[in-house]
Amino acid sequence: MRAGQYAGHDAVVSKGWWAAHKWLLLRRVSQLGILGLFLLGPWFGVWIVEGSLASSLTLEWLPLTDPYLLLQMLLSGGRPMQVAWIGAAIVVVFYLLVGGRAYCAWVCPVNIITDAAAWLNRRLGFKSTANFSRSTRYWILALTLLLALLTGSLAWELVNPVSSVYRALVFGIGSAWLLLVALFLFDAFVSRRGWCGHLCPVGAFYSLLGKASVVRISAVARARCNDCMDCFEVCPEPQVIRPALKGEASGAGPLILSPNCTNCGRCIDVCSKDVFRIDTRFNNSTNNQFLHKTEVAP
Amino acid sequence: MAGSEVKAVSRRRFLGEVTRTACGVALLGLGVGLYARSAASLPAEAIRPPGALDEEKFLGACIRCGLCVRDCPFDTLRLAELGEQVANGSPYFIAREIPCEMCPDIPCVKACPTGALDHELTNIDDARMGLAVVVDQENCIAFQGLRCEVCFNICPVRGKAITLELRHNLRSGKHALFIPEVHADACTGCGKCEKACILEEAAIKVLPLHLARGKLGKHYRLGWEEKRQAGGSLVAPDREHQYNLPEGMRYDYEGRGLIIDEAAPASPYADDPLETLKRGQEGL
Ligand code: SF4
Ligand code: SF4
Ligand code: SF4
Ligand code: SF4
Ligand code: SF4
Repeated sequence: MRAGQYAGHDAVVSKGWWAAHKWLLLRRVSQLGILGLFLLGPWFGVWIVEGSLASSLTLEWLPLTDPYLLLQMLLSGGRPMQVAWIGAAIVVVFYLLVGGRAYCAWVCPVNIITDAAAWLNRRLGFKSTANFSRSTRYWILALTLLLALLTGSLAWELVNPVSSVYRALVFGIGSAWLLLVALFLFDAFVSRRGWCGHLCPVGAFYSLLGKASVVRISAVARARCNDCMDCFEVCPEPQVIRPALKGEASGAGPLILSPNCTNCGRCIDVCSKDVFRIDTRFNNSTNNQFLHKTEVAP
Repeated sequence: MAGSEVKAVSRRRFLGEVTRTACGVALLGLGVGLYARSAASLPAEAIRPPGALDEEKFLGACIRCGLCVRDCPFDTLRLAELGEQVANGSPYFIAREIPCEMCPDIPCVKACPTGALDHELTNIDDARMGLAVVVDQENCIAFQGLRCEVCFNICPVRGKAITLELRHNLRSGKHALFIPEVHADACTGCGKCEKACILEEAAIKVLPLHLARGKLGKHYRLGWEEKRQAGGSLVAPDREHQYNLPEGMRYDYEGRGLIIDEAAPASPYADDPLETLKRGQEGL
């Protein structure tokens, strides 16, 4: 990123605006589309999906259940019905394939808010002041599970912004708006990527779930990287990029293996050198013949 | 040497960071835990859907998905919002606003994926969402001797959950009172009576069972019940009860109670006040 330019400027110049925003747009379509499916029922009486992200029924046939909530419930002593087990199993298998935090990038409604806050933060050039360790979220995750065990109720769900916000959107707006505003202000002015990148236990759970997921982002053409740093700038979890992008010397493969990568594809968008692409976990060879022979930029 | 120093510093830094995070998270946990305790007490007007487990178990089982809300055809159920007194996201209804219509197929229970609404409940008449209680006998107009019976008539288990008990109207002396009486063995707690009560503020209200019900001490036995269970009196032979009544009095077991014999003077006072004073002193 040159001084005075926004991240992704070069990509827009070399690839055109649409290509430089392809994954971002697809993601917004996915996030809003899923929300829209939930709202079709209450707003227009078209019941394709019922329920909420906690548990839903699609076309009165396909059950989907949030495994994180199911886990909390099991710990607090609940005994779910078979349908909840099936619903959770489908979700687990899905995210095992596509990457746990694909939930964050492609489904979670909070993501739009925190992305917007991060954008504002970048624009204003704020340095975040409150710094948490990125592992805080795993502590909080453990805490929420412990609370369920100790209180015998889904204690975290009393305050969980992720589910509160979705419920508020789908079941009618209540005071959960305040949570949205609070999250936005926190991420924009207190700690950049503070919520999703450091605190959210839902994201932490899904990152654990996707630890061995098949779909991964790969810095296949890392030899072409011109160190513009745009990908680091837009990435919600920038620490995950370095080992793959700069790891050639130490023999690391080009795959981004950290489960905290959200598979958002934003790095693919903003890279004017087309370094990144979506790949599978099984393709992590350090010398990609195909690329070396034909694609390396002159 | 320098290397191990760097190591020691970074280890100290690491430990410091871990401690800080752990403390912060523990504080957060304390806060949420305390909030969970206060949020576990349900306000009396919030009624859980049919088949809901005991409140404590319910809060551990319901994942707040809202499927029950979606499948309720009468929009009875709603999910609690943040900041309400009911645990965030859990389903409830307020009888005075929209009561439960007691659907025979109980779609709300069927929709629940977690069993927080017990799928064993297949006959809606067995639901015990709460118990209706005539809480204000001074404003219920039936107690004034006026005919109302609205709650009685609207009740989905009509004639069983609420009955009308005839009582003598002492005020007019010649009319009857038709007093609504609720029977816990049939009342489902649907709240239709509370909704229908003609008063500005309902005189009959559905309360959660733990508020509505009294409880007899464990040691307490009802003689007639014991007799029925045992198939005969437990005190054999069943001796006739003896009362030590004042002279000139009898006791009628069949209902009239204490009777003062005609023969006895109508008034304990003699015509002559001096005689009254002298009474009981004959022996002196
Ligand atoms: S980290 Fe949490 S809030 Fe952020 S996108 Fe993921 S689930 Fe949503
Ligand atoms: S590495 Fe790329 S795909 Fe992964 S979170 Fe960062 S920007 Fe998104
Ligand atoms: S029984 Fe019918 S009216 Fe009552 S809460 Fe369930 S779905 Fe709603
Ligand atoms: S359907 Fe069951 S789990 Fe879902 S909100 Fe209703 S009671 Fe809770
Ligand atoms: S509807 Fe209200 S006022 Fe009328 S009898 Fe019932 S409780 Fe009393």
